[in-house]
Amino acid sequence: MDFSFLSDPRYNVIGAFWMTVQLTFWSAIGAFILGVVLAAMRVCPVPLMRGFAGGVVNIVRNIPLTLIIIMMSQVIANQLGLKLAVREAGVNPQGYLDTQNFRLAVLGFIIYTSTFVCEAVRSGINTVPPGQAEAARAIGLTFIQVIGIVVLPQAIRAVVAPLGSVLIALTKNTTVASAIGVSEAALLMNTLIENESDKFTAVFIVIAAGFIVLTLPTGLIFGSLAKRASVKR
Amino acid sequence: MSEQASVLYDIPGPRARRVNLIVSIVFGLGLLALAWWVLSVLASKNQLTAEKWSPFLQAQNWTTYLLPGLWATLEAAALSVVIALPVGALLGIARMSDHGWIRWPAGIVVEFFRSIPVIILMLFAFELWFFVFDAASPFAAVVIGLVLYNGSVLAEVFRAGILAVPNGQTEAAFAIGLRKSQVMTIVLLPQAITSMLPAVVSQLVVVVKDTALGGILVGYSELRRAGSISASNYGNLLPTYFVIAVMYIVINLLLGNLSTWVERKLRTRRGGPVLEIEAGAQTDLMAARQEILVLDEPGSASVMPQTERGFDSRP
Repeated sequence: MDFSFLSDPRYNVIGAFWMTVQLTFWSAIGAFILGVVLAAMRVCPVPLMRGFAGGVVNIVRNIPLTLIIIMMSQVIANQLGLKLAVREAGVNPQGYLDTQNFRLAVLGFIIYTSTFVCEAVRSGINTVPPGQAEAARAIGLTFIQVIGIVVLPQAIRAVVAPLGSVLIALTKNTTVASAIGVSEAALLMNTLIENESDKFTAVFIVIAAGFIVLTLPTGLIFGSLAKRASVKR
Repeated sequence: MSEQASVLYDIPGPRARRVNLIVSIVFGLGLLALAWWVLSVLASKNQLTAEKWSPFLQAQNWTTYLLPGLWATLEAAALSVVIALPVGALLGIARMSDHGWIRWPAGIVVEFFRSIPVIILMLFAFELWFFVFDAASPFAAVVIGLVLYNGSVLAEVFRAGILAVPNGQTEAAFAIGLRKSQVMTIVLLPQAITSMLPAVVSQLVVVVKDTALGGILVGYSELRRAGSISASNYGNLLPTYFVIAVMYIVINLLLGNLSTWVERKLRTRRGGPVLEIEAGAQTDLMAARQEILVLDEPGSASVMPQTERGFDSRP
């Protein structure tokens, strides 16, 4: 099998996977924050907020990620004029487009993934014994305090392993960013296959190995984290 | 869930009701402002005009673009699931084999295809198909990619379903002299399949959504891709994607509800009568316990000394 494309300066394999890692990193942080906020809204005492969060989750979860990412670029950015990067006059627009598409993709991943984080955290809230919340209420904490100081910390510790699966799914989902031209691993594979079609098996092995290197440690780390974080009851 | 959630806050009193009302009003006004802002942006970009939305009243738009796209999506999803189910069953059973030389390769195959993005699998399948048959087939690429991924996911579902069958079933089956293959096919699999049916149906949602990946790099004209062609024809990208999103949401909500329905149906079918007997048995047991407790009481000892001695063997 011929792996000569690895040393070809035209193809930046490490750079493509670094882009995948960056997409995953920023999306994971954003999705975690938004997901926890959505989960808190889904269990809060205000019916309107509960309904809104539930509606958002059920709508976003059922739209294909591909459609969301392409809408971010073609509809939200191109037609409605959302700008997430500064375009300087007289400079090659490629840099602006790269930044813009990267940030649009991250925003799309955040919106999509946060619904899965929300569902995971909500199932975690259900594992917290009712006595915890009752005790918190009994000492006079408000809802924000009950959920923020008592319930959510225990709920999130209970769902470290499911959140790990969400992170692995997110890592794999970043390949959808190739639909709007973010130069990550899937787009590189597409280019490689077009140019070196005789070596497609070698290309597949390299890209697959890259994703295994990214996702396998994530699973192991989150598995051991889950054991350490689990609440002893 | 609602019971659990209500644990998080008290039944609102007058003050809490007032606060809730204020928060509701502020939040509602915020939502209204957001909706107004979205609508005004849409209006200012001429997205709400009749000519952008009227193509959906034309039969031609549906018969040429949207319905064939929908059909392509459903066709690929259905075929993938139909193939992935037996593949997943085989892999799941192979992963539980007594022989290491079957168990290990099956485990490696399952973990390998589960940790690779479906797009990558589709691209590889596309090239492989082209290499073997010398013809480009986006449909085959999409189906092969989805089968490899979902077969591995379903293998884990099958394994969990088989492991969830009570151990006594296997032991009883071996005790009446069935062979390993018979235990699996006659006893374990039928019971496992009913318990994992809801998980399989909810996996359908994932498959339907993942068919959209075929429209990105391998060029399968599923619903999203067909929609973008329709949109460039009528010049209404936003309305088309909106309609497509609604179509996906409706299909997937229906599948999700089907999964919940199947789950409830199976639970009542399997658990209904058993639960009644158990409940009865439990009350009998409770009654027996209470009798024992009564007998244990010092005062009742004189009434039934023999039974009391039987339960209390302390010197």
